[in-house]
Amino acid sequence: MINVILLACESLEIRITNNNQTIMNKSFVLALTMVFAISCGEKAPDSSAAEISTEGADPSSYDPNRGEGKYDHVELSAVLDGAMATKGEEVSEVKCTSCHKMTDEKLVGPGWKGVTERRKPEWIMNFITNPDPMIDKDPEVQAQLEICLVRMPNQGLMDEDARSILEYMRKVDGVK
Amino acid sequence: MRNKIVSAIVIIALGGALFTACKPKNSGDSIVGDAEKAYVAPGKHDEFYNFVSGGFSGQMSVYGLPSGRLFRVIPVFSVDPEKGWGYSEETKPMLNTSHGFVPWDDLHHTELSQTNGEVDGRWVFGNANNTPRIARIDLKTFKTAEIIELPNSGGNHSSPFITENTEYVVAGTRFSVPADYSNGDVAINTYKENFKGHISFVKVGKEGEMDLAFQIVTPGVNFDLSHAGKGKSHGWFFFSCYNTEQANTLLEVNASQRDKDFIMAVNWKKAEEYIKAGKGKKQSVKYAHNTWDEKTHTAKSIMKTEVLVLDAAALKDICYMIPCPKSPHGCDVDPTGEYIVGSGKLAALIPVFSFDKLMGAIKDKKFDGNYGGINVIKYEAALHGEVQKPGLGPLHTEFDGKGNAYTTFFVSSEVVKWNIETLEVLDRVPTYYSVGHLCIPGGDSKKPFGKYLVAYNKITKDRYLPTGPELAQSAQIFDISGDKMKLVLDFPTIGEPHYAQAAPADLIKNNGQIKFYKIEDNKHPFVTKGEKEAKVVRNGNKVDIYMSSIRSHFAPDNIEGIKLGDEVYFHVTNLEQDWDVPHGFAVKGADNGELLIMPGETATLKWVPKKVGMYPMYCTDFCSALHQEMQGYIRVSPAGSSTPLSWSVGTNYPKAK
Repeated sequence: MINVILLACESLEIRITNNNQTIMNKSFVLALTMVFAISCGEKAPDSSAAEISTEGADPSSYDPNRGEGKYDHVELSAVLDGAMATKGEEVSEVKCTSCHKMTDEKLVGPGWKGVTERRKPEWIMNFITNPDPMIDKDPEVQAQLEICLVRMPNQGLMDEDARSILEYMRKVDGVK
Repeated sequence: MRNKIVSAIVIIALGGALFTACKPKNSGDSIVGDAEKAYVAPGKHDEFYNFVSGGFSGQMSVYGLPSGRLFRVIPVFSVDPEKGWGYSEETKPMLNTSHGFVPWDDLHHTELSQTNGEVDGRWVFGNANNTPRIARIDLKTFKTAEIIELPNSGGNHSSPFITENTEYVVAGTRFSVPADYSNGDVAINTYKENFKGHISFVKVGKEGEMDLAFQIVTPGVNFDLSHAGKGKSHGWFFFSCYNTEQANTLLEVNASQRDKDFIMAVNWKKAEEYIKAGKGKKQSVKYAHNTWDEKTHTAKSIMKTEVLVLDAAALKDICYMIPCPKSPHGCDVDPTGEYIVGSGKLAALIPVFSFDKLMGAIKDKKFDGNYGGINVIKYEAALHGEVQKPGLGPLHTEFDGKGNAYTTFFVSSEVVKWNIETLEVLDRVPTYYSVGHLCIPGGDSKKPFGKYLVAYNKITKDRYLPTGPELAQSAQIFDISGDKMKLVLDFPTIGEPHYAQAAPADLIKNNGQIKFYKIEDNKHPFVTKGEKEAKVVRNGNKVDIYMSSIRSHFAPDNIEGIKLGDEVYFHVTNLEQDWDVPHGFAVKGADNGELLIMPGETATLKWVPKKVGMYPMYCTDFCSALHQEMQGYIRVSPAGSSTPLSWSVGTNYPKAK
């Protein structure tokens, strides 16, 4: 039993510091770890992941309000940009809605209802364009991962697409 | 100490007793490898990519040097159910030929594209030896992008070698045969009269697209290997040939009669002039040209019907025969373009020809009669010199860019290093065993990277753990940075490696590698861009299923109303947009392969259910923690059943009353 837990911890360390989200069997190990309800403590530095990593690994510099990525501040208008929201709906039907419902019901990932009230716009923009480092660092996203067990994929969104999806999320949340 | 003495004795025995044409008795006495030099730490990248022909596997494998780690096996000429190659509807046209769908071939040689005589990292070519073809693999995707068939040919062996700016990729027929444009239904013993050789010049366009520009018809012989001139000899191509006896049976004896066969020098720039001047004769033939379209993720096959043929005997200044001792095999040109090395399989010396002397001999007409109407150059008039007693069974030569040549010897199982200018033997190392080709990164280009040499061995016998009667072939890496060659590592290979090439890793990993296909750019006629577009369409007994996949479910994943007699096409679109997230697809009972669908790609599996019942389908590529949940059902009802066509995901319809 102890061996299994240790193994899971080691794998988790690799997992957390490795941004390549596709090492899926590790997710399974992560799940195992969760089952054992074990906290693995400090993340070990992992030089082998350095070549893949595009972000700094220091979690202390992480800003949970802004998230991590290229957006520092996203200006929102008081009224909805209807055309942009429609564009966002089109893009999300290709890239997002396989996993997200517009209600608060979880499908693969959480439903979108209320997300623009819970999150700052720059956090949303950063998360949908740069999910990997945020999944590794954001405590709330990590908690979400314990529920969903599937890392949100990077869907290769262009800036304009990401912004229009945000507008569509606002529409879902009732912005007129 | 005792071991060292034994090793020394073995080396001396190998080096000295060249006339004992045998392999070392066992590997216990072999030189110890220098494993440290082959060590590439976990997560670190190799220095070179090594593209190794798969021989009778029909595929091409990609290894790292110096680690010998296998990264990928690229399906080329043989079907590969693992990757759906030749199984998915989209890939089937890639293996189309004038003989119909051909599921297998024998890939002997790889050749990396070049610019100014240097490897440029754009494409790698491979030849099909059985049903003559050339393939081009795109090194941004490591996928076979194009295959062209070669008419008038049998056994495309002296291929796919290229000119220094990849203007042409060539092919030469190993088996001379009656031309496709003549009657092939003739007695075999009319070889001398009816059998012809054809060598092909395939033009390569800016995007790599291949086009059979012209062929040159020659007397019937066996063309074996070839290499382009470079630098001063750019504009010429050199083909080795054997069976100048024109035997059609028991070639082992009958094609080994003459003291000398030939290296045929081809002035392809002259040939181009003749084509421009309209001297090419339009001949009616049939050959397939298959191309892959990255936007539709689909191949198409076109049957072409014409080729221009130049007659080497009639047009006196395109081809010249250089006598070369005893059934030459390798035909290799040094980095300066001055020296042409012929390796007579049965010769006990290596002749080295001089391009300058060859040009002089042609100018001064130093001819020794003709062969089937083609002028034969006087041997001495083109000869730079001979490497005396280098070993037994010389096959192939590569170069280090420092004035040295390295030749493999099949019979005496060794690699011999010699100086091109002085023809003096400098070093020799044993191989385990019976080496065929060798590869130095950039070793047939103007700019070799003379750090490693890889020998590709035909026999491994006792080198690895036994695996029954069939044993792996192997590659052996030598460090050639010093005066003496030093064994670093050996590793088993897939299929039978013949020729291989290697290029600096940076050249390829920075060439604009494709990490996924943009879903926006997907122009597949059956694409499903989002689950809203998922649907099932019946047209008579043909059923098209527009299906999407994303971690971790299919849409639709419940399908009813399929009936016996239906032809079902699963068009699966992978909606992921990230690197390294393929999804797989398999359905029970399919007499077919699986699909392996890259992010943003659409692929189609044809399925004809043969029994009534419930058919599970699932994702075959471990994609997430919930991969094992990525599954669905298809209900197959009897022919004529009234079960309505329906599909869904995430909805449990109430039980019908």
